[in-house]
Amino acid sequence: MYDGSKIIAGLIVFVGLFTFPFLYNMGKASAKPEPKIDTPVIQQLAEKKCVEPKSFMRAEHMKLLNEWRDSAIRKAKRVYVGAEGKEYTISLQNTCMKCHSNKKKFCDECHNYMAVKPYCWDCHLEPKEKKL
Amino acid sequence: MRALFSFIVVIALVAIVFVGVKGANLEFLFGVIIPYAALATFIIGFIYRVVKWGRSPVPFHIPTTCGQQKTLPWIKDSKIENPSTTAGVIARMALEVLVFRSLFRNLKTDLREGPRLAYGSDKWLWLAGLAFHWSFLIIAFRHLRFFMQDVPVVVQWVEGLDSFLQIGAPLLYITDVIIITAVTYLFLRRVYIPQVRYISLAADYFPLFLILGIAISGVLMRYFIKVHVVGVKELAMGLVSFNPTIPEGIGVIFYIHLFLICVLFAYFPFSKLMHMGGVFLSPTRNLANNSRMVRHVNPWNYPVKVHTYEEYEEEFREKMKMAGLPVEKE
Ligand code: HEC
Ligand code: HEC
Ligand code: HEC
Repeated sequence: MYDGSKIIAGLIVFVGLFTFPFLYNMGKASAKPEPKIDTPVIQQLAEKKCVEPKSFMRAEHMKLLNEWRDSAIRKAKRVYVGAEGKEYTISLQNTCMKCHSNKKKFCDECHNYMAVKPYCWDCHLEPKEKKL
Repeated sequence: MRALFSFIVVIALVAIVFVGVKGANLEFLFGVIIPYAALATFIIGFIYRVVKWGRSPVPFHIPTTCGQQKTLPWIKDSKIENPSTTAGVIARMALEVLVFRSLFRNLKTDLREGPRLAYGSDKWLWLAGLAFHWSFLIIAFRHLRFFMQDVPVVVQWVEGLDSFLQIGAPLLYITDVIIITAVTYLFLRRVYIPQVRYISLAADYFPLFLILGIAISGVLMRYFIKVHVVGVKELAMGLVSFNPTIPEGIGVIFYIHLFLICVLFAYFPFSKLMHMGGVFLSPTRNLANNSRMVRHVNPWNYPVKVHTYEEYEEEFREKMKMAGLPVEKE
């Protein structure tokens, strides 16, 4: 008794499972996210800079937001001093989203690509954007 | 000693990437070449091992299972424990693969005063094993979001369930906590129980440390030493569409994580981890106990030259009659 056909069927399933991402992406074009910073508020800035350097923001903005939240809600400290000594009011809606008022073309651009859906907007208000 | 050796090997692996990426800028080697090579080794090696197992003949069905075999109609048979049908075998295999049924029967033995030998139930190994394997599966499945442009809703549901405690940002995954706890338990168990320590080899500790290393580097990367996650997905998408790119500034911890995974993949076919494929090939799990209903021919039987009684009688009938022996045909 060998049951060769069953073993081969099993192996085909195995190869299919482990090469699934390759098979799935065959002939599909992938587009990188391009977050846009062309909002009115940012346009008026002398220096087009975020609260922290870009490479830091890119990787750590969720951690920063978490710290902001804790700092504002738990410690009642609503001022954040950026890396360059500039002061910012700690607020998701009134600081981040004032500059990044184009949520759909900025935050969502990356988040959709990564399939993350921050639940912040269950409570916090999204900036009003013109219908595209 | 064997544990220490495995630990040092894993640390050395981490050091290799660290130096390679930080010191020698070998991002392309660690981000593209090694992942492809590791995956190829894994798939080819896995098939080779399974085919090799598949080529060894199973001479007979192995009915050494607990549970009543199917027999006379008024005796209740145990349909899953001792299956006589393919459906029963599938049910038994599914229970084995999905909930580790045979591990659930794990016992511990104690020599008590008397001297008296006592047996007791011991479910910790089963529980930790189950917690570990399921977390691993869920984590692997969640990673599909790095390999697909439009992430299917199932992946997003699993991710949502896994992070539903909504602790911190980025959200804490429950499986991250479970896998590290479970692997740590499985390691401590090996060191703590003298009998288990005695039979544990470097090949037992190494996969544990390797998986622990993968989990820890992943956790560090997600919650502590942050990386450029969008860049990570670009790299992953490049790999799966055979269009490799190395985005700038991802962070060395990502390459450590990736390299440890590659080592796991490449090591897999050569190790005890092959039980992933092997469980489906275990004769005591995958064969129906129907030896009273179906004749199983041993594949290595050579054709035996037989001399039937009819032929025998044909040959010796006269002599048998003379000796007064009964014959079937006059
Ligand atoms: C003063 C206006 C301003 C504020 C306030 C601000 N940003 Fe920015 N942000 C910018 C600009 C300008 C850039 C582009 C920086 C660059 O290109 O160097 C940017 C870049 C970023 C990036 C990186 C984008 C990329 O392409 O990699 C992220 C993420 C980000 N911001 C998130 C936030 C978050 C979260 C907050 C609130 C904590 C915030 N920003 C507050 C102006 C601002
Ligand atoms: C359950 C509703 C709820 C959710 C969900 C929520 N918040 Fe808040 N958040 C609040 C409330 C209420 C305050 C308090 C506002 C105040 O005192 O100014 C607040 C305050 C904050 C603050 C500081 C003050 C300010 O004006 O922004 C930050 C930063 C913040 N939240 C970030 C976040 C982030 C990031 C998320 C998503 C990960 C999030 N929040 C999700 C309800 C929520
Ligand atoms: C450069 C791309 C990029 C931009 C721009 C960006 N994010 Fe993110 N953000 C990410 C990535 C990637 C993650 C998820 C990290 C992960 O999956 O580990 C994330 C996660 C988060 C999280 C944690 C969500 C969770 O469920 O874990 C919050 C909150 C968040 N982003 C807020 C914002 C806000 C607010 C903005 C706009 C001001 C923004 N982000 C812009 C890339 C970006």
